[in-house]
Amino acid sequence: MAPILDVKKLRMDFGGLRAVNDVDLYINEGEIVALIGPNGAGKTTFFNCITGVTKPTAGDVMITPPSSGKTERINGLKPNTITERGLARTFQNIRLFQNMTVLENVMIGRHPRMKAGVLGAILRDPRTKAEEKQVIEDSYEILKKLNLEMFVNELAKNLPYGAQRRLEIARAMATEPFLLLLDEPAAGMNPQETRELDDTIVRIRDTEGITILLIEHDMSLVMSLSERIYVVDYGKLIATGVPEDIKSNPEVIKAYLGEEINA
Amino acid sequence: MSDTAKNGLSRYITAKDVKRSAIMAVWFMFLTFPIMVIKVNTVTDTVEWRWFNMLIIGVASFILSHVWKLMIDRREGRMADAVSSSVIVEKKTLRDRMEEKPMIKKVGSLVILVIAVLFPIVTGMYQTSIMITALLYVVLALGLNIIVGLGGLLVLGYIVFYGVGAYTYALLNYHFGLNFWLALPLGGIFAMIIGILIAIPVLRLRGDYLAIVTLAFGEIFRIVMENWNGLSFGPSGIANIPRPTLFGLDFSIQQSTTLTYYVIVIFVIITIFIVRRLEDSRLGRAWVAMREDEIAGEAMGIDMWKTKLAAFALSTFWAGVAGVIFAGKTTFINPASFTMWESILVLCMVVLGGMGSIPGVISGALIITLLPEYLRAFSELRMLIFGAVLVLVMVFKPEGMIPAIRQKYEFKGITGNKNKGDK
Repeated sequence: MAPILDVKKLRMDFGGLRAVNDVDLYINEGEIVALIGPNGAGKTTFFNCITGVTKPTAGDVMITPPSSGKTERINGLKPNTITERGLARTFQNIRLFQNMTVLENVMIGRHPRMKAGVLGAILRDPRTKAEEKQVIEDSYEILKKLNLEMFVNELAKNLPYGAQRRLEIARAMATEPFLLLLDEPAAGMNPQETRELDDTIVRIRDTEGITILLIEHDMSLVMSLSERIYVVDYGKLIATGVPEDIKSNPEVIKAYLGEEINA
Repeated sequence: MSDTAKNGLSRYITAKDVKRSAIMAVWFMFLTFPIMVIKVNTVTDTVEWRWFNMLIIGVASFILSHVWKLMIDRREGRMADAVSSSVIVEKKTLRDRMEEKPMIKKVGSLVILVIAVLFPIVTGMYQTSIMITALLYVVLALGLNIIVGLGGLLVLGYIVFYGVGAYTYALLNYHFGLNFWLALPLGGIFAMIIGILIAIPVLRLRGDYLAIVTLAFGEIFRIVMENWNGLSFGPSGIANIPRPTLFGLDFSIQQSTTLTYYVIVIFVIITIFIVRRLEDSRLGRAWVAMREDEIAGEAMGIDMWKTKLAAFALSTFWAGVAGVIFAGKTTFINPASFTMWESILVLCMVVLGGMGSIPGVISGALIITLLPEYLRAFSELRMLIFGAVLVLVMVFKPEGMIPAIRQKYEFKGITGNKNKGDK
């Protein structure tokens, strides 16, 4: 079985700056993989390239959805098309639809899986009605999975911080992805919330069968959660392997702490 | 609650406040000096100094500045209360009561409908004519609300599509003798086509840039219509556009005004119905998501290109239809009816009423069109009062007179948190 995400020699230049420099990365179905690196290493740019927010300068991004098993190159496709293919993401700085309710935020996630058009909306034919009802129910189920059901009709902006982070994940899950890309999901969370997040991510993988790639700075979370780790610095891949190897890798320690190695 | 009372009414006026008000009074006396005090008599070549007026201005602005301060304090006190108190004070608004008892809403709609139907019979032709204009703006504002209020795209040249509708009817009638009823859908469709054509190149723009480009399109339309004599007969416009009639009968001016009135009432109802349904649909949610965060929307699989195009197409259709009715009502159109000022006025209605809120937008349109009309009694002061009302609403209700609320859903088991956040 081919890896569900296979990135080869991905390169992204912004003018003279090479933000991502020939990075290779692959993810197998059912894995939890972490992408780490110091600030400004190019992690988020890497995410943006995969999800279509920016078009990579060179390289290949190949996906093989487990449902169809067909390999496809997705470089330069529009973000909404990539989401339709089954990749969903969250954002480093929370980007919820603030003035919509929690449920509506998740319902937006169902958008690519719905069909209703303008006429359906105006006429409200039985099919559109049924679809709408189904979406409301599905979205509510997703909220339950992330313990957000008590906030259903609350505006997204009035939620506590941790709940907003969870809502971003819920919204991404609503698009029915096979691969979920989490950009610093634990940023700004307290230790209690981080522990809960750890459980949530494992649960999403185990019960929903969604593969996960995450960017994270919280090392305890990364080490306990991920099965494999990629480390980037200045846009270059400097190490890859299981958490134990990464912990003792001199290159990684150098990238994080500086030249003087005192291991 | 007791805090609010202390903050508000029984609050002592401090020396600082008095000083501030005094400065404000002096400033206003200075500002209004040329118009309120000096009066030049051009016949006798003498200057009359009306010092008493200055005194009135001073005293009035001194008192008003206190009232202003008090109102601002009360508003801030209320907001602070809403944030700090852990127990949310259940204050029942009309809207809450309407949610609890759908009967109120039904009866209310029925009453409004009856008033709307009886209006031309009870009042005269003059009043009916004013109301037609007001309702035309209601349709325009509801249409623009789709792009601006729901989609969050700032479009400043909206009146172009109104003009396209009006010219469609005028020209098709002039050249081919097309009647009002056929022109009605055609005007909408032509406006829609122009809307889509304009939308395609500007779709990648957002915010201020989009506003500037659409503003430019608005001016282009007006200037082309003023100068392309072969097509539009230039500034002299097109006259003798037939008023709407029924079954080819001859209608008196009064009869066709009444007919026009009912046509526009029906269109307002259709517009409300359709916009209301769109709002809570897949497309409507996509529009709101686009307004809230375009990048996140795309990441959730919304095709922004299609969504924007749909917003433009649906929104411009209503403007076109309204344009046809406008041409039928006035029987004469020229480019002067479609200036930038009109676009801005429609935008004002949407913002003043409450972006994305149907009742808000309707009341915004009615107030902006009817207020100057009924203030004619105050002659030269009417635009001043009108401006003051706009400023007051924006200061005390920055989200519009009737802010939009989102659809709520009930689930068995948990009914969700029923309070509406801080709004």
